Amino acid sequence: MSTNENPSKKPGQVETTGHVWDSNLQEYNNPLPRWWLWGFYATVVFALVYWLLYPAWPVGGSFTKGVNTITFMQDGEEVTTHWNTRSLLAREMQSGTQAVRQREMLEQVGAMDYETLLADVEAMSFVNAYAKGAFGTWCAACHQTGGGGVVGQYPNLRDDHWLWGGTTEQIEETLVLGRNGYMPAYRESLNEQQLEQVASYVLSLNGFAMNDADAAAGGEIFNGYLGGCYQCHGVDAAGLDSQGAPNLSNNIWGLVDVPGAANDEERIARVARFVHQGVQRQMPAFADRLSPTEIRVLTAYVHSLGGGE
Amino acid sequence: MSQPMYEARVPIHPRSVSGRFRNLKYGILVLAYGVFFLLPWLRWERETGPSQAVLFDIPARQFYLFDLVVYPQDIFWLAGLLMIAALLLFFVTGIAGRVFCGYFCFQTLWTDVYMFLERHIQGERPARIRLARQPWNAEKLLKLGATHASWLLVAFATGLGFVLYWGDAPTLVRDFFSGQAAGAAYITAGLLTLTTYTFAGLAREQVCTYMCPYARFQAVMFDRDTLIVSYDQARGEGTAGRAKPGRGLKSRDERRQAGVGDCIDCGFCVQVCPTGIDIRDGLQIQCIHCALCIDACDAIMDKQGWPRGLIRYTSESALEGRKTRFLKLKTVGYGLAILVVGGLLVASIVTRPALDANVSQVRQPLFVQMGDGSTQNSYEIALNNKTQHSLDLEIRVVGLEGAVLDLGRIEEIILEPSQRTTVLARVRYAAPPGSPSRLPLEFEIVDRAGSMEEPLRIGSQLSLQP
Repeated sequence: MSTNENPSKKPGQVETTGHVWDSNLQEYNNPLPRWWLWGFYATVVFALVYWLLYPAWPVGGSFTKGVNTITFMQDGEEVTTHWNTRSLLAREMQSGTQAVRQREMLEQVGAMDYETLLADVEAMSFVNAYAKGAFGTWCAACHQTGGGGVVGQYPNLRDDHWLWGGTTEQIEETLVLGRNGYMPAYRESLNEQQLEQVASYVLSLNGFAMNDADAAAGGEIFNGYLGGCYQCHGVDAAGLDSQGAPNLSNNIWGLVDVPGAANDEERIARVARFVHQGVQRQMPAFADRLSPTEIRVLTAYVHSLGGGE
Repeated sequence: MSQPMYEARVPIHPRSVSGRFRNLKYGILVLAYGVFFLLPWLRWERETGPSQAVLFDIPARQFYLFDLVVYPQDIFWLAGLLMIAALLLFFVTGIAGRVFCGYFCFQTLWTDVYMFLERHIQGERPARIRLARQPWNAEKLLKLGATHASWLLVAFATGLGFVLYWGDAPTLVRDFFSGQAAGAAYITAGLLTLTTYTFAGLAREQVCTYMCPYARFQAVMFDRDTLIVSYDQARGEGTAGRAKPGRGLKSRDERRQAGVGDCIDCGFCVQVCPTGIDIRDGLQIQCIHCALCIDACDAIMDKQGWPRGLIRYTSESALEGRKTRFLKLKTVGYGLAILVVGGLLVASIVTRPALDANVSQVRQPLFVQMGDGSTQNSYEIALNNKTQHSLDLEIRVVGLEGAVLDLGRIEEIILEPSQRTTVLARVRYAAPPGSPSRLPLEFEIVDRAGSMEEPLRIGSQLSLQP
């Protein structure tokens, strides 16, 4: 137990509390300055004011709302509610400096024709930044984040190989109206051998060394009445934008994984199988989902990605 | 016995003193106030941008320091500056103790000004003590009111002076008093008025003793060779302690015979102390090394005709009769570190390129095959014009024979001063068979007007395979 005595204080020594344990163990007395206590009271006052102004205490299933309010736009109407961060975010997105600046840039870009837009560094810098978000929201689910597409499923937008045309007008039309891509299945009209011959012909157009007789026979089918492939793909197989028919002679394979095949036999088999099955694909229309300005920005973005014409 | 839980502040009424260190402190004070209050008014010629020499433009994210314009990308310079400041503090404290506290700290400077005002309104120490003790009357009300009003005025001037660094000073002052300045200006000026008034007027030495972390950790940097403001215990106390110059203790010889030291216990050193301590009790945490007690004691010693220096800058080593060593591993190390960091900072500022350019290769997808059999990679080139004139830029690809750069329809890249932009560039390359999966290449950026001495080169790569 401690004894209670205050040993004499020598000059320059700190005062002790007067408690002495085990005959010589003492504690210094360094009381807090009193303003420190005022500091504590100040925090109490701050808390009270805060509770008054902002949402604070849970009351049953609800809470005290506070007297502070926030005003923002919701569905075209001005809404005033008790202060909360969700509304603050909404207001920031409507009237924050950056949001306003973004709207200005959008308006500016929306008023430009493609000729001017594509040549304007500042505008294209904005298009690049803004469209990344819009592309991520609306396009990336199929075309992937960077527009690289998926072989066999969704077109690659980074190359200069276009199904429906790569001019700004054509890209815009694709976005506004959507596209229905269709190639009939040839399982009824061509037999196994004929399918392989057509495959050999198409592969030979892309620089693969094929059996000359097979390729020639395939060419007869391709450009003749039996296959009629030329009607969409053209006599030189250069494709036709209006039909969404791809160029078959540039060694770009969006649907058949030819580069992934090990040898010619497999290549022929893969192409033949594709012709056998045909394909049907759809790009949805975005006219009712995106504003004309957003479509303009996305068009310029896609045009700039790889090989806009 | 009962003891208070909380200790009320004991009011301190320091007496004024004149002397070498007081003059030095006034000199530093005038210089510091001159720089702080006048710098925002200094005009500066620039090709573009504000005509204010020092301006921190937060909305535009540009910081003007005379002919140097600092951008947010240069933030690491701040790290360098802070490192130098810290090392300088360690260096100086290791050699000469709390020099910063005593001569340069805002708290010390502003408290000094507040005490100056207090003294000129209320009078010298005895008058102030009398005033504090007397009951409230017209005189007390008038004098204290005038004191606090003058303090608030200085506090407001300080707040406004600080705000002027963040906007065009003449415009801001006009806007401020016509109620048209930004809310942040009023809030900042108001907060600084409040803190200046509280800290320099009301809290004073409490800030140094209880709030300031530097006061505490500077003590850690002391060693036996660090210069401290100290009372010469041996000379002052003799063998029989200090004594007032009473009968038979007038001259030094008489005192020496009686074993009494040179300290005549006049208490002048205690009266002048702004933190209210007795330096004769030895080195204390409250002591800010302002050296006013040296001036006080020197004045007394001069009057007595005895040598100065009963209280003086000395070190523990010197007090114990050894030599003070300044050349210590610690100080040399700090000194070298300051030189290294300072050298790096200066080199970085001097060699900053006028054009800040960054190339990042697009990785989704890394490469695509084009219709003509070539491979295409895409790059985002971020450009930032850090000069004060516009740049007409040309981007080229070098280091890879046959690589073709494609900027789409963009033919002109004109960057206004401090403009930033991003250009999407594509590079096409017909790779010969057997090429490695990655090939190095460089982007070369030049100003068509020829303002850049040599083209800016940024290394990148072209990917042919994943």
